[in-house]
Amino acid sequence: MSPRAVRPLEPAATDPARIRNFCIIAHIDHGKSTLADRMLQITGIVQERDMRAQYLDRMDIERERGITIKSQAVRMPWEVDGETFALNMIDTPGHVDFSYEVSRSLAACEGAILLVDAAQGIEAQTLANLYLALENDLEIIPVLNKIDLPAADPEKYAAELANLIGGSPDDVLRVSGKTGQGVEELLDRVVQRIPAPKGEADAPARAMIFDSVYDAYRGVVTYVRMVDGKLAPRQKIQMMSTRAQHELLEIGVSAPEPTPTKGLGVGEVGYLITGVKDVRQSKVGDTVTDAAKPATEPLPGYTDPKPMVFSGLYPIDASDYPELREALDKLKLSDAALNYEPETSVALGFGFRCGFLGLLHLEIVTERLEREFGLDIITTAPSVVYEVTTEDKKTVRVTNPSEFPAGKIDSVREPMVRAAILAPKDYVGTIMELCQSRRGTLIGMDYLSEDRVEIKYQIPLGEIVFDFFDQLKSRTQGYASLDYEPAGEQESDLVKVDILLQGETVDAFSAIVHRDKAYQYGVLMTGRLKELIPRQQFEVPVQAAIGARIIARESIRAMRKDVLAKCYGGDITRKRKLLEKQKEGKKRMKMVGRVEVPQEAFIAALSGDTERKDKDK
Amino acid sequence: MPSALPLGDPAPADGLLPASAADGAGERDFGVYVHVPFCRVRCGYCDFNTYTATELRGVKQTDYADQAIAEIGFAARALERSGVAGRAAATVFFGGGTPTLLPPGDLARMLDAVRAEWGIAPGAEVTTEANPDSVGPGDLARLAEAGFTRVSFGMQSAVPHVLRTLERTHDPERVPLVVEWARQAGLDVSLDLIYGTPGESLADWRRSLEAALACEPDHLSAYALIVEEGTKLARQIRRGEVAEPDDDLEADMYELADELLGAAGYGWYEVSNWATGPAHVSRHNLGYWRGADWWGVGPGAHSHVGGVRWWNVKHPAAYAARVLAGDSPAAGREILDAETRRVERVLLQVRIVDGLPVAELAESGRREVAGLIADGLIDGAAALGGVIRLTRAGRLLADAVVRRLTA
Repeated sequence: MSPRAVRPLEPAATDPARIRNFCIIAHIDHGKSTLADRMLQITGIVQERDMRAQYLDRMDIERERGITIKSQAVRMPWEVDGETFALNMIDTPGHVDFSYEVSRSLAACEGAILLVDAAQGIEAQTLANLYLALENDLEIIPVLNKIDLPAADPEKYAAELANLIGGSPDDVLRVSGKTGQGVEELLDRVVQRIPAPKGEADAPARAMIFDSVYDAYRGVVTYVRMVDGKLAPRQKIQMMSTRAQHELLEIGVSAPEPTPTKGLGVGEVGYLITGVKDVRQSKVGDTVTDAAKPATEPLPGYTDPKPMVFSGLYPIDASDYPELREALDKLKLSDAALNYEPETSVALGFGFRCGFLGLLHLEIVTERLEREFGLDIITTAPSVVYEVTTEDKKTVRVTNPSEFPAGKIDSVREPMVRAAILAPKDYVGTIMELCQSRRGTLIGMDYLSEDRVEIKYQIPLGEIVFDFFDQLKSRTQGYASLDYEPAGEQESDLVKVDILLQGETVDAFSAIVHRDKAYQYGVLMTGRLKELIPRQQFEVPVQAAIGARIIARESIRAMRKDVLAKCYGGDITRKRKLLEKQKEGKKRMKMVGRVEVPQEAFIAALSGDTERKDKDK
Repeated sequence: MPSALPLGDPAPADGLLPASAADGAGERDFGVYVHVPFCRVRCGYCDFNTYTATELRGVKQTDYADQAIAEIGFAARALERSGVAGRAAATVFFGGGTPTLLPPGDLARMLDAVRAEWGIAPGAEVTTEANPDSVGPGDLARLAEAGFTRVSFGMQSAVPHVLRTLERTHDPERVPLVVEWARQAGLDVSLDLIYGTPGESLADWRRSLEAALACEPDHLSAYALIVEEGTKLARQIRRGEVAEPDDDLEADMYELADELLGAAGYGWYEVSNWATGPAHVSRHNLGYWRGADWWGVGPGAHSHVGGVRWWNVKHPAAYAARVLAGDSPAAGREILDAETRRVERVLLQVRIVDGLPVAELAESGRREVAGLIADGLIDGAAALGGVIRLTRAGRLLADAVVRRLTA
């Protein structure tokens, strides 16, 4: 068992042979943050009294949901056989939406701890990240966590891991992040098994950005992995993708609080501060070089994050629109993948069309808007990017059903994903049924262990973003996990279904769906709206249409009675106040043609919550 | 009156009115409403300001007439000191509660007090509400003798299961009898009906209408049951024990009433009221819709004089303490500004057959007129003649029409 290192190594002057860069690959709630906390404690860089649960997760949402959105890197000293090492732990996001960020974090490491809950086994997202790690030639250290749990079954899952990555089940370490059991052995193994970083100390500086975080006080904090050369304070640096130059105001390492250093050398991991205020100026995957002596070639692997899922975000209270704009402007500073533009909807008023990396990203953004900015917002049904070619061979990129061209359509292409679902074998039938109903094509099926199966489907992304995950969870009692990655696009027989109220299109309900599903969608939405929209003084037809063709129809019968029969003993005041209240209520109505619709009805229809019908008064 | 009082400004203890209340008072009718806040039992649907013997906290029904008479005296002095022109009462209305729970002598004494303070105009309408089971032939004769001209019976329904749900205790067979006694006493007769009671079918309602018509009253009121918060009926509905009244069925019931009453020679003159002719309309109730002045006497009673509305404290014990100390029993009041008075006038006037002169609408209201004709809610010919008058469909949607006209 190793003692704590007495004298940590000096950054900027550390022999690469004494550096170990690693990350932890784990599923949400498999205990990554708790294990990281324990490492901070055992290596002595965080004192017991300063320890708070999940030290590295900075944002409230992260701590509450137990997921890490923003990765960080921590430098920890550790001694093995009398030699001191510097261990850089790079915290990776755990979700598929952030797969690009994950890939850059992996590229900053030579090894990875594969952390799996000893009571649950590996999950689909972890498996996906494991593939990425193996592609990056990382050394994998398999670890079972939570072995202190009564439900832990280390034998079974050690066999599963050994089966996946090769080697013997005995090589799988068993730890408890909670109690600290096995963590020191794990640190030893990191030193022994993970290769030291390699790079050219005398070459022009090249550092890869693997994360970029907005800090209200410091501006953008950029996390980098030095590959070649050296960076030092006051130096002029250049971003190779944009050629933008900045002065290095501060350079340092996280230990885990930011600690300025004399610089960073080959293989080291640390942070840069240049005073820029927008994370877009410091893009994940970009290469930082010395402006005076720039490198000729950037490091490979940089791409711009592309939004995959689009949704309209609207304030529930229309007067919150300026606040929503301000909040998005602020969020953008810390979220390079978020993009948005103003949008107007008949049903929902003024809002923004936003692009997200995926569904979780959407969820996180809306939750942050609600929590950090106190906004109540409604999101429209998520959409994906369609390429629509009209009869005259013009191609339009459609991220919003309202952009779908009118008139004859030659073809529509939609994005596809390769979805991997991990579940106990008893659920294979119901999962296949779900995927089949969502136009999925089975690619393959592997048994990870005796009773756990990985099912792979080629499936349209548009089908995944609409209620798929909830369906999957409910059909499998929560046992299935899902991961997906982009897999090109395909031509499909897609149509736009409009929903009309008294002949007027209600924009928020238009959807692009497969022709075979159009009727089903039409019946669903017209039925919901019929339930939710209060009766008017006239009959209101609710229709679903593809172009001019009506495919489903309901009607809201005219309201026949709206009068208080009696005036109580001359209490006119009460009657007038009731009128004022009714008029106040009417002001909050949205008008679709002549039809008055309470905003709540639109919101309920969008969220599928049709249980409560607002009465006419 | 409903159990909850409005929120308003504080009302002064001396009952004095602002000078504006006196403007043009001489041109307006004056009425007196006397509330009698007692019932033998509380009906499950009722949230009126009324009390059974056990709810009275030591207030005695036998003391009530003296308290009301004290307020009548107070009222006359307050109006006089406020410079409001003195007028004989054109209408007097005793409502409740159940006024006839008090002995006819008490009702006569209160009416005498009105006569003594203001006088009763020649040909005045003097009404009391009565339950069919709370009066006998002698009582009715004595009331007529005391100056009452009209009695309004709470018949509600002729169908036993409906009366049971409403918790009305009278025997429906008694209604023709009390009507006959009232006739013999020389009183005008009105019957009150309620429709939309949970469990009441359209056929039940037809039976009640036919039974009421068979009595040949001069006047009929038909009120849709309103489920008020805080009543036993509201709790039963919330717990799912009885079905909520259905708006469509109520609309059918209203149409049936208008049909049958019209065929029998009754014309509507207010959304829920029909009479055999102009001589038999309830002038007191019309005063509410037409913006007349009236003083409401008794706990929880509402008053209106020249754009000032006020309402009395609710509980009979609190009321007694105020009037016996010589203070105003008012709990709060509001002084209406010009715009509020205009909106009220639309709200009230639209409900009656006279209708509302188009000229009184604001520009935005006038823009709605054509649409209301097109939707069949107001009479097109009348509108061309300059008056907003509701059609039958419009009466059922009167609140919506008012919203559009005051938008």
